[in-house]
Amino acid sequence: MYDSGKFPRKFLLGVRPQKAGEEIKIYRHALVTRVTHWINFVCLVVLLMSGLQIFMAHPALYWGEAGSEESDGPVFEIGAKTRHLGAVEGFARLGSQEIGTTGVLGLSRNASGYYIERAFPTWATLPSWRDLARGRRWHFFFAWLFAANLLLYLSASFANGHFRRDLVPSLKEVKPRSLLNDAVNHLKLKFPRGEEARHYNPIQKVTYLSVIAILLPLMIATGLTMSPGMDAAFPWLVDIFGGRQSARTIHFFTACLLVLFVMVHLVMVILSGPLNELRSMITGRFRILIENRNV
Amino acid sequence: MSRLLLPRRQLLKLSMASLGGSLLGGCDQLSKSPDFQSLLGLAEALNYGAQRGLEGDRALAREYTAADLSAVFKVNGSQMPEGEEYARLLANNFIDWRLRIDGLVGNPLALSLADLEALPQRTQITRHDCVEGWSAIGKWQGVPLSVVLERAGLLPKARFIVFHCADMFEHAADGTGQYYESIDLIDAFHPQTLLALRLNDMPLDVGHGAPLRLRVERQLGYKHAKYVMRIEAVDKLDHIGRGKGGFWPDRGYEWYAGI
Repeated sequence: MYDSGKFPRKFLLGVRPQKAGEEIKIYRHALVTRVTHWINFVCLVVLLMSGLQIFMAHPALYWGEAGSEESDGPVFEIGAKTRHLGAVEGFARLGSQEIGTTGVLGLSRNASGYYIERAFPTWATLPSWRDLARGRRWHFFFAWLFAANLLLYLSASFANGHFRRDLVPSLKEVKPRSLLNDAVNHLKLKFPRGEEARHYNPIQKVTYLSVIAILLPLMIATGLTMSPGMDAAFPWLVDIFGGRQSARTIHFFTACLLVLFVMVHLVMVILSGPLNELRSMITGRFRILIENRNV
Repeated sequence: MSRLLLPRRQLLKLSMASLGGSLLGGCDQLSKSPDFQSLLGLAEALNYGAQRGLEGDRALAREYTAADLSAVFKVNGSQMPEGEEYARLLANNFIDWRLRIDGLVGNPLALSLADLEALPQRTQITRHDCVEGWSAIGKWQGVPLSVVLERAGLLPKARFIVFHCADMFEHAADGTGQYYESIDLIDAFHPQTLLALRLNDMPLDVGHGAPLRLRVERQLGYKHAKYVMRIEAVDKLDHIGRGKGGFWPDRGYEWYAGI
């Protein structure tokens, strides 16, 4: 049976007997979810690359209110230093741990193949050349788009029940045993099939919710805390994060977590059936194979 | 099949690389396009509107205690204005220096350091946030700009206050390399907007803008013009420098630097 997906949603999601080996298509993602997903994706890429451009102007992080290399020890730093015999090496230092990062961080090749001292390689920043002013323009424009898009997604998802129905895990699902079990399934690359594939698994729910409800708002809040104007309007912003430089540090590491999330997300999409997953985020239709054991 | 596989893999690799390359190249093209840049520049108007709306005219930047002072207040931008005139003023400890206040004022002034020190003073310990990302906390003492402007008597037409500086920051071919900055009247009359004469209880040193620098505490560091020689009240900014209201705004940075 081919299910065109034009049936009412609740009918499709209801448990009804299926024949073994049968393929059905369900309507998985509402239009607003799909549109905001892709706008969000573009925003995150531009914000990351323009953010790296901005960070390149002073690639050091501090804890507390104030921080500059003359006055305070950075908690994190990217740079290039001259070793013996004049050899230059790129490095990244977190606390007292330092690693050589030549080629990527601190020292990398430009488009002509020459090594240049730069916190991030040209392919990772927007614009590719060093340009703080233009980096900021890109960043602020897409920050507004990102925030508006997030607001649209959040209000639509509350209104259409996406949160309650698809994202908020049940108490049973967040028990350690359930999460552990799900983690083992992920590591074995055992993805839900049949009826189970209709819903997000517990780790998916917890991860998506953490990104949507914690990491993304945290990016906005720490971004605003770096603004002297916003700090005058809302002094409590600075108190929440323990200082402007702390907020900047949190902004950077939260961005790293988002990059990690997107990478794992992409790997999961590829491993679990990229065409089916991609289609479901473009047309909304997701294909499910009903297996023998479900009958 | 195996003969097909390798080219296919290469093709995939090549197409991924060229897709990535053209996307990056496309973004760089957009970065160079004036039209796209003015589109992105719309965010500045949103930033300005949002911040002015949320801050109101009078919200104060946080003031800190002596315990919070940075061990070293980083020197950035101009470290020493070039030219004979500044060198002469410096050699004579700025005894001959006069701050001119003119433009759209009823009563143009020329104030010496002693004149400024005789005016009401304000002291504030505030955080200086550089557009590059670092911050430093310093104790500033000086004359609130409002005090000087009230004595000069702004004419009703005046809308901006321009700060002309001693430092030639860039030898630009079009002759617009002289540092300058401007603020609107909301910031000009904000209680924390100072003509600062002292940093951490010492007269300003050359690196920090001797003999006088501006403090506009709700904006980023580049607005805090150093080596101020002349204050001009104007009704518009387009005839100064490249017309964007400041050395860095002329070079693509936001005129209103609240973020």
